[in-house]
Amino acid sequence: MIAERIGLVLLAVSATVVIAWAYLLFGDRLISRLPRRLNRRVMPWLFVAPAVFVIGCLLVFPAISTVVLSLFDKDGSSFVGMQNYTDMLSNEITQGALRNTVLWVIALPSLAALLGLLVAVLAERVRYGTLVKATLFLPIAISPVAAGVIWTFMYDYQPPITEQTGTMNALVTLVPDTEPIAWLISQATNNWALIAAMLWTQAGFAMVIFSAALGSVPVELHEAARLDGASEWHVFRRITLPLLIPTVVVVMTAMTVIALKTFDIVYVMTNGNYGTDVIATVMYKELFTARDNGTAGAVATLLMLAVLPIIFVNIRQFRLENKEA
Amino acid sequence: MLQRVSRSRLAVPSIRLRRLPVHLTVLVIAAIWLIPVVGLTVSSFRPALSVATTGWWKSFALPGDYTLENYSNALDNNGLGLSLFNSLAATVPATVLTVTVAAAAAYGLACMKFRFRNSVLLLTVGLLIVPIQITLVPLLKIFNSLGLTGSFLGLWLAHLGYSLPFGIYLLHKFFSQLPRDLFEAAAMDGASATQVFFQIVLPVSRPALASLAIFEFVWNWNDLLTALIFLGGFREVAPMTVTVSNMVASRGNGWEVLTAAAVLSMVVPMAMFIAMQKHFVRGMLAGSTTG
Repeated sequence: MIAERIGLVLLAVSATVVIAWAYLLFGDRLISRLPRRLNRRVMPWLFVAPAVFVIGCLLVFPAISTVVLSLFDKDGSSFVGMQNYTDMLSNEITQGALRNTVLWVIALPSLAALLGLLVAVLAERVRYGTLVKATLFLPIAISPVAAGVIWTFMYDYQPPITEQTGTMNALVTLVPDTEPIAWLISQATNNWALIAAMLWTQAGFAMVIFSAALGSVPVELHEAARLDGASEWHVFRRITLPLLIPTVVVVMTAMTVIALKTFDIVYVMTNGNYGTDVIATVMYKELFTARDNGTAGAVATLLMLAVLPIIFVNIRQFRLENKEA
Repeated sequence: MLQRVSRSRLAVPSIRLRRLPVHLTVLVIAAIWLIPVVGLTVSSFRPALSVATTGWWKSFALPGDYTLENYSNALDNNGLGLSLFNSLAATVPATVLTVTVAAAAAYGLACMKFRFRNSVLLLTVGLLIVPIQITLVPLLKIFNSLGLTGSFLGLWLAHLGYSLPFGIYLLHKFFSQLPRDLFEAAAMDGASATQVFFQIVLPVSRPALASLAIFEFVWNWNDLLTALIFLGGFREVAPMTVTVSNMVASRGNGWEVLTAAAVLSMVVPMAMFIAMQKHFVRGMLAGSTTG
């Protein structure tokens, strides 16, 4: 089996390279035979067409079909109009998931931006700053699944009389007369516990972006203000922070999208139980447990609608940056 | 400069004291980020009984209370050994495919003028953050009817589709900053578009291609949702993320095996990430400027 997998990798990689090379080479020769004006028009498509075809088949067409499917019943046989949407919005599970997603969208971006900025700024003030940054950065390579295992283990709960093997509860019970907390089961803590785990994987991303932005703040501005006797806090508040506002927007937008799409960490840590469902886990359950394509499509469309404003802002931003586009 | 040095020398004790909160904050944050990984790694080497009855930090008082059994248990009994190679089979071809198709498209979009060029570009940017959930239901139907579900080919295609907008965006950004004269001189010498692509654009863009490749590799390796849906839950093709999440869900294993499994699933992307950190950061910064 293992040899088979290695063979598959080698075969697929070499096939991809050979096919791409032959396609471009022969395509180029074929198009070069065309009259000059036609040639110039067709040549770009030799390069762009494969990507456009893939995007059309795998993203655009399915996205449109999903919206259509959301207007049909379970197996897509009869038209039900907005029924799936009204059912979804009056359903307790979806309502809870929507509430949780709103909490995620508010908490994750603000906490990630705050923490990322804090570490980016403070790490420059200590000699071991690079090391601290690396520590925060490392979880970026850790999958949400592994992060889920890590944090479920951190939040582990044992009955009060026994020894606590989870780090969090060991810390909590250090305080005399305190009961351990069932972090992932208690409704008071579980959503925050999940958000904290996600924050642990994402804060490094925010920090790197802020670090890069801080590096581009002109040093002369700081020096001048300090020579004028401004305090460190004042320099930060009046000079650095205003210059960082665009970066804060970038980080918060990226985190909002991540919060909206959250799936893996919830799936692994609670599977949406104890009132921790989010939009993406509800959609997965509708698709695979309930086998209800209509409702799954409606939930997905809702998620899509939530990111639509960000998509428009991104496109506008891109047009401003690339004036010809 | 002189002034600053003399001022700070005068104020040494008070500055030291004032900087204490800075050190404390930084160290506490670093500890919060480090301790979970340390706890996981330590536990993965402890015997089952110790893990079930005492906290991982107690193992430092019991030197020699370590074992490799959890790892062999995870690899053999839980099928993580095969999953490791499934992850490779799922990830490497998908990455090569994405880089290849994205590079060609980005070259066309950045270096040539044609009708609908802007429409294609804006479509790509728009699709950058589209939640993949919006495609799952119809795509799964199509893949089912083509017999692609449960095969690596289907997973590669899904990864290709989901990664292309980012790949094109990243490479377009890099290609459009290449000096125009580079291509124009070559075109004057009679080089065809394909020759320019292979002999000039690709060689000078190695850093950007590396950024994209490392990104896609880590991304695809760590993916759970796409594998969960398009590999159809068959154990023999399950990559590490799926196997580990099944191990968590089944509750059949103790923490000693789960932690070992998590460590195993982290080794490859972590090594890749540390080895190519510069490329990773460059890709992240380039990819983040419009969110």
